[in-house]
Amino acid sequence: MNRCKQAHGTAFAVSQDDFTRAMRDASLPIPLGLVDQDGSSAGRRFSVYRNNIAVSLREAMHSAFPVITKLLGTENMNGLSRLFLHAHPPKSPLMMFYGAEFPNFLEAQPQLSHLGYLGDVARLELAMRQAYHAADATPIAPDTLVGLSEDALLTSRLTFAPALHLLQSPWPIEAIWRFNTVPQAPAPQAGAQAVIITRPEFDPVLQLFPAAGAVWLDALQQGASIGAALQRATATDADFDLSFPLTLLLQGGAITGLERKR
Amino acid sequence: MPAAISPAPALNALPSAPGVGYKPQHFSQILTDAAPVKWLEIHAENYMGDGGRPVAQLRHLAELFPISVHGVGLSIGGEAALDTTHLARLQRLLAWLEPSSFSEHLAWSTHEGHFYNDLLPLPYTDATLTRVCDHIDQLQAAIGRPMLLENPSSYLAFAESTWSEPEFLTEISRRTGCGLLLDVNNVFVSANNLGFSPQGYIDDFALERVGEIHLGGHDSDTDDQGRPLLIDSHGCAVVDPVWALLDYTLERAGPKPVLIEWDTDVPDWPLLAAEAERAAFALGHLPAVASEPVVRA
Repeated sequence: MNRCKQAHGTAFAVSQDDFTRAMRDASLPIPLGLVDQDGSSAGRRFSVYRNNIAVSLREAMHSAFPVITKLLGTENMNGLSRLFLHAHPPKSPLMMFYGAEFPNFLEAQPQLSHLGYLGDVARLELAMRQAYHAADATPIAPDTLVGLSEDALLTSRLTFAPALHLLQSPWPIEAIWRFNTVPQAPAPQAGAQAVIITRPEFDPVLQLFPAAGAVWLDALQQGASIGAALQRATATDADFDLSFPLTLLLQGGAITGLERKR
Repeated sequence: MPAAISPAPALNALPSAPGVGYKPQHFSQILTDAAPVKWLEIHAENYMGDGGRPVAQLRHLAELFPISVHGVGLSIGGEAALDTTHLARLQRLLAWLEPSSFSEHLAWSTHEGHFYNDLLPLPYTDATLTRVCDHIDQLQAAIGRPMLLENPSSYLAFAESTWSEPEFLTEISRRTGCGLLLDVNNVFVSANNLGFSPQGYIDDFALERVGEIHLGGHDSDTDDQGRPLLIDSHGCAVVDPVWALLDYTLERAGPKPVLIEWDTDVPDWPLLAAEAERAAFALGHLPAVASEPVVRA
């Protein structure tokens, strides 16, 4: 019954090298040993694989970067995705994390140099996706910090939930993201923005973060004490008040530990 | 009391009843109105993240339903060695989930470290038989349970093949002890595309080694000669001739776990549940012949 059992011998062995090369480059001929039921060249039948792969990876890029897709338009996004897939084919079956090189790739495209914000918006979309899949973590109770003496608070270090992301950009990335995802959101105004992404339960939450707060949080993430981080923040903004950024982090369930100085 | 003699491990522990491929958009309806769906299948790779909603939903569902884990990324038919990093991810998932079944494909998707996000075909030769068996031996040793291996959808053939697909799968099952996952839609698609009889394929298939049956929808195109070329898409309802082929299969195999796969253009829950209802009808109306004994690995 299976015609492929005919004795064709091994004259036209097709290696996976042959197969993938022809699949990635439609200008190459179809490997000779790929046939239909009559032993004729597979022809269009091989294109099914070329097409499946192109479509599945293109769709993966659309769902990974919906805001970039909206900003560029579907047709431009498809063209860029093709170039990107060629330069950075997936290396892991975990497609949920595909596209990590896309922000740098966008920034390296000369024809996109007038859209300088694309790279940071793509970084934001990547971070939202990473936050969605990040490990679960148990936040500290908000009153953990209540009752600490000022000295105890300032000498403490904080640990954070894996879902927490901090991004600082010279572009209004929060406004761009919101304008393209939330109906009736105001149009973005030029200017730098820092954001945090937290995941109080299952949905990542994007919030604007004060610029000096970003300096403070960045220092904390690198292991500085709350006081040392505060010094760095007040060096950029003398009026910096840590109560607001601290509240955002606590509300977002982003602080998982307080390490008292011993 | 004397210790009970533990039976040899079965191919899997899924009920011979309808299941569906789980889609997150159906989560709340599954909790309130699952009938006639008795079990769920997930794609392993979608639940290999560290946490968050996908893992939480899966934990919840696993308390209520038997779960089948269906891998799409191990590249068992690949020329290269199995990706041990990916194998370790699979071990972790199976260890905490303890699913009722694990299955993968007679196909490859990774070559030279690049992942192609599709199930690619391999020739059926003595050399590829040995390679696939080695990979399955390694996999089953790593996960400590028998797996089911699924027959592919074929759009073309390899001139170098010397085995028919049913014979190739039977021999793999014999050598490795793995069970088989019979995708009836894939049989229908391949039979059309390569010009063989789907019933003849079922007749040649090692039905006693089948631990699960898949059903899904397919698209239609044409080849260079203008002949219909069917494409496995899992994007629409199962067509009548495939339901008929399911009946033909169940009449010979006896009751089996039957899964509806609908992965793209995912329908609303009532439509998917109606497909499962039709599978329940097929399972409930088998001629009263003695069914096959429970298969042991």
